[in-house]
Amino acid sequence: MNSPVSSTTRARLEAHLRRRERWRWPEIAFWLAALAAIFAVPSRAGLINEILIAGLFALSLDLILGLAGIVSLGHAAFFGLGAYAEAILASKGYADPTLGLLVGALLAAALGLATAPLLLRGADLTRLMVTMGIALMLGELANRNAWITGGADGLEFTMKPVLGLFKIDFTGQRNAALYSLVVLFLLFAGARRLAQSPFGLSVTAIRENRLRAGALGISTSRRMIAIYALSAAYAGVAGALLAETTQIVSLDLFDFHRSADVMLMLIIGGAGYLYGGLIGAAIFIVLRDVISGATPEYWEFWIGALLVALVLVGRDRFADRAKRIVDLLTPRFARPRSAP
Amino acid sequence: MMLNRLSAGLAMVAFCAAAPAWAEDVVTVGLILPMTGQQASTGKQEQAGANLYIQMHGDAVAGKKIALIVKDDTGAPDVTKRLAQELITNDNAKALMGFGLTPLALAVAPVATEAKVPEIVTAAATAMITEKSPYIVRTSFTLPQAAVPMAEWCLKNNIHKVVTLVTDYGPGGDAEKWFSDVFAKGGGTIVEKIRVPLKNPDFAPFLQRVKDDAPEALFVFVPSGQGAALMKQFNERGLDKAGVRLIATGDVTDDDQLADIGDSALGVVTTHHYSAAHDSLENKAFVEAFEKANGGMRPNFMAVAAYDGMALLYQALEKTNGSTDGDALIGAMKGMSWMSPRGPVSIDPDTRDIVQTVYVRKVEKVGGQLYNVEFGSTPAVKDPYKASKN
Amino acid sequence: MLTILLDGIAYGMLLFVLACGLSVTLGLMNFINLAHGAFAMLGGYVTGLMMNRAGVPFLLTLPFAFVIPAVIGVALERTLYRRLYGASPLDQVLFTIGLVLMAMPIANYLLGDQPQQIHLPAWLSGRVEFHGVGIGVYRLFIIGVCGAIAAALQIFLVKTRFGARLRAAVDDARVASGLGVNVDFLFAITFAVGSGLAGLGGALAADVVGGIDPSFPLKFMVTFLIVVVVGGSNGILGALVGALLLGVLDVAGKYYVPSIGAFIIYFVMVATLILRPRGLFAKGDGK
Repeated sequence: MNSPVSSTTRARLEAHLRRRERWRWPEIAFWLAALAAIFAVPSRAGLINEILIAGLFALSLDLILGLAGIVSLGHAAFFGLGAYAEAILASKGYADPTLGLLVGALLAAALGLATAPLLLRGADLTRLMVTMGIALMLGELANRNAWITGGADGLEFTMKPVLGLFKIDFTGQRNAALYSLVVLFLLFAGARRLAQSPFGLSVTAIRENRLRAGALGISTSRRMIAIYALSAAYAGVAGALLAETTQIVSLDLFDFHRSADVMLMLIIGGAGYLYGGLIGAAIFIVLRDVISGATPEYWEFWIGALLVALVLVGRDRFADRAKRIVDLLTPRFARPRSAP
Repeated sequence: MMLNRLSAGLAMVAFCAAAPAWAEDVVTVGLILPMTGQQASTGKQEQAGANLYIQMHGDAVAGKKIALIVKDDTGAPDVTKRLAQELITNDNAKALMGFGLTPLALAVAPVATEAKVPEIVTAAATAMITEKSPYIVRTSFTLPQAAVPMAEWCLKNNIHKVVTLVTDYGPGGDAEKWFSDVFAKGGGTIVEKIRVPLKNPDFAPFLQRVKDDAPEALFVFVPSGQGAALMKQFNERGLDKAGVRLIATGDVTDDDQLADIGDSALGVVTTHHYSAAHDSLENKAFVEAFEKANGGMRPNFMAVAAYDGMALLYQALEKTNGSTDGDALIGAMKGMSWMSPRGPVSIDPDTRDIVQTVYVRKVEKVGGQLYNVEFGSTPAVKDPYKASKN
Repeated sequence: MLTILLDGIAYGMLLFVLACGLSVTLGLMNFINLAHGAFAMLGGYVTGLMMNRAGVPFLLTLPFAFVIPAVIGVALERTLYRRLYGASPLDQVLFTIGLVLMAMPIANYLLGDQPQQIHLPAWLSGRVEFHGVGIGVYRLFIIGVCGAIAAALQIFLVKTRFGARLRAAVDDARVASGLGVNVDFLFAITFAVGSGLAGLGGALAADVVGGIDPSFPLKFMVTFLIVVVVGGSNGILGALVGALLLGVLDVAGKYYVPSIGAFIIYFVMVATLILRPRGLFAKGDGK
């Protein structure tokens, strides 16, 4: 049977895809720099840890927003679920960190699977509301069941050392940051691989033109549900990580603030190329730390102003300028190049 | 900015290593409060209270200079914990103060224990907090401390049928439990225990239930900020005309809010540990200075707790002759007693919690403004929760 | 219990006035305006400040509570919002969230964080008994005023030419424009009225919800959005039905089963979305 694509085009396509798979040196530099930061500035290990976890959370949002085009204002539901799963597990005696991550991921994925069908129906506002509603409902549930979640007082617990060797509590701040970095890196590599796989590309196709993708024989709903569940799992791991390294959880993890903040981080960094969430998280958290130090009561105003400016200037234009630089250095996963 | 912090940190470390005498002359105190979010008014009052103490008593004590650093934790415990850690390791804080909510205080407890730094709780009011670390001392209050005298007052004043209505979170649960236990033990009947959600409370349906229950009194606990709504709805529903008395812990008639609530609050009886109308020389001086320094803002129990937190630290430093060793400071704080603007207070040496007088007050108009006027008191109330464990 | 039903209707009417602007904006301009709550807050503050600082009687402040947010709404619409009419939902969401995040600290800075209380005039306070059913005078007032507004809006939409043009533009803006309807002007007026109504709603709600404070927009944003989602975006009928349904269920739920009171509205939302994904009265249902 004749292939509709000529052999030269096909060869160029394959070469292009293979090129994108390779890790470019700026990416390697990025990760090495992150590692170095932990050792160079151990006094800020707590802040770095916060950035890494937020980065993972933002990455999970990128999987649905950047890759699949789903707007969610309630991603904190999975984040909080992962955190509470870890907390409850640990307080019952199963305080192994890696086990906690797994349980957090699975539970969050289960919730994602359960709620994904709701998202596929209805218009954008409906989707937004469903995501928000679920996060708020979970928060209310956690409040109600104070006998197991600690309610508004929060839940405190202790963690066993990672792999039995590395303590991650107050004295092990640096270890906590390293642990988060390792988890983030592994999950990031997985997401990167996924984005370039046929599955990832098909999800991007669905985002760009759902009708056409469906006509091509891609089962759109199944794939959307799958990516949503995966994104939920990632968010669940981020939440579990937060619980493990801070050893306390409380109801504010389900707050709208958390969902809005992570969305903001992703927008600042730029959605669609997976690094955006990490960069945005670093910028946002450092900025917030600085601004709130200067004006503890009114820093939200500046964040809001930043958001308004970003949107007005044009997220794309702003991000594009940044991305043009990044583009030269790293492969882009979601936005295809114009011509190979 | 990170670079600046880094070089500052390095410089400090260098100085500390090279000239220990100089570094030891400054005692850094970290004040971690929710300055934004739902609890922002707590942060505002507490910061003002702490600053007032320094303004009135100077920033030098026992040969050391006090440096106060204020941080906003936005009400998120993971942020509180990180800020506490950073204050201790980067800014060399020798004491931590503040903590607007229970989870915030709990989050810092393990940090305080490991670093052996006193954690002075000046806001959170759930009883079990001081048990979480041997370095926790409290200068605010506990809900049981306020709720129990209310129950006792009811029994003494011929009120036997009560409905309780509290907000559904930690302190609310405490208030409900301690009031109803003491009240029931004294022969009273609790007709119903109602819990109201913390966010978006429209009290109307809940108050309708109260009306249908027809008790002699309604015992209420809601966080300060919601007192106005509750009282308005109470009157609108006609509960006062139906013969239901409104009794509450003083959070409902918070001094900060009383002027805004308006005349619907007149006659409400509450129990609490501080009223801006408390008749003592110390309080008059405190209120006057506070209002002057804060544009006419009236101090409330949060401000006085922060003020006393600083007082406690100062006195402890004097007792240890300027030593900032955590164990020495805690040792000095235990058993310390002094005259606060609220009345006589002391720190229980066994529980490290505050022992204070709890007053029964009624809302009345004084000089054209609404105040909680004290008309009864129970002196030296220890926290009932921990006392019952003995 | 009839009292509870009436309470629920009053609450629902309030929600309607607050949310109908949002519903129309969404239906007409396809614009998700999460900053709607900020206009409500503004109206509430206008009334509060005029009463408390200038001693203006309550009723007299209400027109201002409508006009001032309307004017500011139009100003914002002409300058900022119109740039985003064609933008993606994400951009609209981000932009309007940014506006809210800016509005709240401004309110805090200018007016402090304590709730601004409204003290109702004596003739609006208290209760009336009617054949054994008690209802607060103010709640009756709310039902009356909001009902009148709903009726006026409906008459306006159905009986006037402007209303006809508006409905045409909602159905299909392009075609309407092609027929000579000044869609731009329509948008501006609609936005103004929507924001004005939000302001009025905020002023009316101030007494019921315990005062207006800087965090009002965020606290009630979810509630408005649920009304719009449940009611659907087809004009005001959807908003009215959605609001009444939610109001009654919320109040009744909290009365009869206080322990799950807070859940009810989320539950209703999810249930509606499962059964009717576009809301009860969705745009294009008739087609």
